[in-house]
Amino acid sequence: MTDIDPITLSVLAGRMEQIADEMDATLFRAAFNPIIAEAHDASHGLYHAQSGDTLVQGKSGLPIFVGVMSFAVKAVIEKATADGDLSDGDIYIFNDAHIGGTHLSDMRLVRPYFRDGELFCYLASVGHWHDVGGAVPGNYNPAATEVFQEAFVLPPVKLARGGEVNQDIIDILLRNTRLPQSAMGDLNGQMGALDLGIKRMDELLDEYGAETVRAALDALGHRAEALMRSELEALPNGRWEAEDFLDNDGITDEPLAIRVALEIKGDRMILDFDGSAPQCAGPVNIALPTTVATAYVAIKHIFPALPANAGVMRPIEVKVPEGSLLAAEFPAPTGGYTETILRMIDVVFSAFAKAAPERVVANAYGTINALSIAGKRGNGQPWVMFSFFGGGHGGSPETDGLNHGNAPISTATIPPMEILEAAYPVMFRKWALRADSAGAGANRGGMGAVYEIEVLEENGAEAFLFGERGRFAPKGIAEGQDAALNIFSYEQDDGWRQPPLASKIRGIRLRQGQAVRLETPGGGGYGHAKDRQAADVALDVARGLVSPDQADRLYGAAWREVPV
Amino acid sequence: MSGRMIGVDVGGTFTDVFVLNEAEGTASVAKVPTTRPDQSGGFLDGIGQEVEDLSEISVVVHGTTAGTNALLERKGAKTGVICTEGLRDVLEMRRRDRPRTWGLRGDFEPVVDRRDRLEVPERTLADGTIRTPVDIDAVRVAAARLLEQGCAAVSVLFANAYANPRNEAEAVAAVREIWPNPHVSASSEILPEIREFERFSTTALNAYLQPEVSGYLGRLEAALKSGGFDGEFMIVQSNGGVMAVETACRLPVRTALSGPAAGVIAAGYIASSAGFDNVITGDMGGTSFDVSLIAEGQSMLSPQTSIDFGMVVRAPMIEITTIGAGGGSIAWVDKGGLLNIGPESAGSDPGPVAYGLGNDRPTVTDANVVLGRIDPDNPIGGKLERLDVAAAARAIDTHVGKPLNLDTLQAAEAILRVANSRMAGAIRLVSIERGFDPKRFAFMPFGGGGALHAGAMLSEVGIARAIVPRYPGVTSAMGCVIADMRQDFVQTINTLVANLDEAALGAFMQSHTDQGMASLDAARTNFEARKVGFELDMAYVGQTHTVSVPIAVKTDGNVVTAPTRKEIEAAFDRAYEATFGRLLKNGVRRILNLRSAVTGIRPKFDLETLAPGNAGAVEPKTARRVHFGDNWHDTAIYDRLALPVGTVIDGPAILEQPDTTVLIEPGLRGRVDRFGNTIIETLEDSA
Repeated sequence: MTDIDPITLSVLAGRMEQIADEMDATLFRAAFNPIIAEAHDASHGLYHAQSGDTLVQGKSGLPIFVGVMSFAVKAVIEKATADGDLSDGDIYIFNDAHIGGTHLSDMRLVRPYFRDGELFCYLASVGHWHDVGGAVPGNYNPAATEVFQEAFVLPPVKLARGGEVNQDIIDILLRNTRLPQSAMGDLNGQMGALDLGIKRMDELLDEYGAETVRAALDALGHRAEALMRSELEALPNGRWEAEDFLDNDGITDEPLAIRVALEIKGDRMILDFDGSAPQCAGPVNIALPTTVATAYVAIKHIFPALPANAGVMRPIEVKVPEGSLLAAEFPAPTGGYTETILRMIDVVFSAFAKAAPERVVANAYGTINALSIAGKRGNGQPWVMFSFFGGGHGGSPETDGLNHGNAPISTATIPPMEILEAAYPVMFRKWALRADSAGAGANRGGMGAVYEIEVLEENGAEAFLFGERGRFAPKGIAEGQDAALNIFSYEQDDGWRQPPLASKIRGIRLRQGQAVRLETPGGGGYGHAKDRQAADVALDVARGLVSPDQADRLYGAAWREVPV
Repeated sequence: MSGRMIGVDVGGTFTDVFVLNEAEGTASVAKVPTTRPDQSGGFLDGIGQEVEDLSEISVVVHGTTAGTNALLERKGAKTGVICTEGLRDVLEMRRRDRPRTWGLRGDFEPVVDRRDRLEVPERTLADGTIRTPVDIDAVRVAAARLLEQGCAAVSVLFANAYANPRNEAEAVAAVREIWPNPHVSASSEILPEIREFERFSTTALNAYLQPEVSGYLGRLEAALKSGGFDGEFMIVQSNGGVMAVETACRLPVRTALSGPAAGVIAAGYIASSAGFDNVITGDMGGTSFDVSLIAEGQSMLSPQTSIDFGMVVRAPMIEITTIGAGGGSIAWVDKGGLLNIGPESAGSDPGPVAYGLGNDRPTVTDANVVLGRIDPDNPIGGKLERLDVAAAARAIDTHVGKPLNLDTLQAAEAILRVANSRMAGAIRLVSIERGFDPKRFAFMPFGGGGALHAGAMLSEVGIARAIVPRYPGVTSAMGCVIADMRQDFVQTINTLVANLDEAALGAFMQSHTDQGMASLDAARTNFEARKVGFELDMAYVGQTHTVSVPIAVKTDGNVVTAPTRKEIEAAFDRAYEATFGRLLKNGVRRILNLRSAVTGIRPKFDLETLAPGNAGAVEPKTARRVHFGDNWHDTAIYDRLALPVGTVIDGPAILEQPDTTVLIEPGLRGRVDRFGNTIIETLEDSA
């Protein structure tokens, strides 16, 4: 290994991060579908030529991809090694979640980068496509029992061979989506991002030489590992456990446990998910790569300054019980993976809080709430409104939780109400904070939201929801209390109803003028409620965020003495 | 009109005044301390230093941070909101974002308290249909209650008011009948554009600023008038154009980036006068490095900015990219052994270690001091007697040298190298990442510190040359005198091109033109020319991000001839292909917004009035040792302002003036052009 001076290393670290960022930006601009263009549900990076480990990853992509992308690259390395035909200008494409993690909506492109005839590293691009076939438009099918009901499955295949794009693959892809134009736009954008990455790598290696850049990549991994070890060494040794539950798998109404035992030993950490529920029939299973990547997301939230580099994970062992829903086998459905990984992050936070409460925040609202409302217009044209909704973040040692934030696995923003109303025959009767939704605490959780959406189309519509936290509320930590449950209601001729499975339902018929209402959880509280300042409670009541009754019950009556 | 034109830029530390005497063709500058909290003291002091009789002044143009500061420090007025039933929390819910990607910490307080956000029955649908007429009695009750609760300003925020403003207009008329002051903002008046959070936020922040900014500008105007001033008083907007003071009082949110915008305008004018239409500006302050790109004489505009988390202002602004690498940025080594610069900064108080005011962690300026690049005996700004070089060296040793096993000088060079690479990264971001080749650009540093790093930008980014303006410290004040008068308008259209009502589009264009021309007519300034420009935000159906499509429109005698669907389609294809390199087969074209800009071109002054003479000796005033790379070099020090036009000086050399140090590194050559700018190139390039 060539030695590299720390200054050149600092400079190169910034340059390579900029390359990945620029790939992100290229796809965000070019992508057709708003899930990539607006919600930034995509990611790019550089990966190790032999191990597939993450070397550098863009800052603006989706947090969950930071850990999961290396599995996509590893899968391609395995495939290329078996076939023995890797060459410059190849691009592999696949969406198989059992190999590459997350779910089938995420289309992964992996491209080897050759320098002077030798493999230097891999570049990869992942993006959430709008539709990849399957039983439900948008691919959130709460009743799926096999991946085949969720979407078409593409294993790693060559989209391009030696620089020649294979049109056959594109034809197959476009025939298997409800939105071929959107898919083509996204595919072009991803290929464009990879082209740009190759060009920028060429420039960088021209300037610094392949040896120096390789040395920098190695050194960055070592340094990330050293950083992680020094963080762990500063923590107490011990073993702490936490558990939480998913409502159900969308098929059978039985709770599913997610358990973790977090152990810190010197400069190492073990996350053992033993005791978690077995693989289930419905789509809340996740594949092993997703589980490992999620552990990384949780760790990075606890230590936000750590770089996005595989070195960080070297001191951390993730143990996942075979046969559990955290290591699901093909063809178990994984479309609802977001719910399961949010719960994993919650239990890691809860366990970590027992070791070092000042380092973590209470649980966030904990569900993606994928809601689609779909139908046909008067002229027969189909429409699908599909969005994720927000909720409260957990209270922290410093402040109350953020009101109406996005999920910890994402940085996605919500589309503007006016854009939705202009695009689809719906009207929001309400788009507001939800009073009494936050967990009490010295620093309470952030507020969840209420969205009430009325169908304006004469032909009516159908609604689908994939959510969670309908039976088990987001938890407080450090003696903070739990937040409110997620509540979904829908209007029928005889009044408002709620789904039998609490947070998951498909194919609700709505007439013109009828509405659905989503009331999302707030965040859990941090610290004991008795330690909250009476003045802060009084202010919450005056602002209508906490009702007088709930204030009395959770915090006592002292607030009534405080003038606001 | 003759007399004096005055530009005043109020910054965090200094108030700069630029005075142009049109009759004599001369200019002068003054720098006085900024007064706080009321900036008008420094403002009037600065003008008073240069002009005794205010009646001689024809125009005063002001670049102000009053609005920006009120937003950042949350010092606007107690503001109320009257909004559509069900939507009182839009301002607080934002677009469901969070302050930082990692860590899940931080909360958000909107500028309007939830108690002061009141709902009224009313609803307009996305197609403009009024589903529920506004309940005017409820509006009156709400306004009365907000007054009772002590609100000094109010904003009316109705859903889909961009599509049909009727409900909102009726409500705001009712509010204005009973509201005791002019601080009433309506979302369809401020920004008739789709996207409720962005429109509501911009409107509410406008209301929040109205009392503060109009009070401040009113005090200034009154003081000027009582001193005999009878000219035109104008304010720089974030888009780089100026507006009448009355407009600024009504639309203070348009001043959010007033000061920095003026600097970019001046930089563009100086560069194009000197023969460079493509320039990247770099303003290095105490805590940040602000970069902006001007291509073919045109500043890049961005459609919106976040002043702080959740405080979105949507209005065209000169695009300025900021990174946390200023003179006061702190150098530190992380636990993994990597050297970092910023984002933490010692600012200007306590400032760098060398200031001796209590900071003991090394900054970028400390590295420049230790390497001899800044004169320790004549610190810039004149606040301090001398700089403490030994203390700076100790801090660099302790915090950078020891952990990295480098000696003091190596450590100081390392700090500059990492700082320079971060600054270069910002330049790459605005140029290479947007498809501009930096080799075609000149780099123009302004502000106090930028000219120390100009040479590094040449070698790091491959920029051809740097151009240091004659008075880099007062660039923003000069920009005030140069800026054109400009008004921007927006209207959401939201239709397929195939379904476009050409006459309706033409009517909006006409209305924007009429309003813009009326404000030019009302101004008492001379305009050399008037310009109207139209752009449509367009995309293919299904695509989220729009492309700005310039539309050539005939406006003979200010009468707009509406463009045809065919012309619009052709213009879209050209713009789309230029952006993405290809068109989409069978793509359906859609128009989202109309954007119009009406500009009055103000007469420009000749920069040669600022130039030095053609003759004079080129003698160094002194020499000192300066460290470059691995060695100390004996380096000649020149009094920059005394150098005649045509002077050529090879590096290593330092040119000093009261508020700026220009560094010419070994291998580079500086020459003084006919305006007194210093052009820095490599020896090969300049040969």
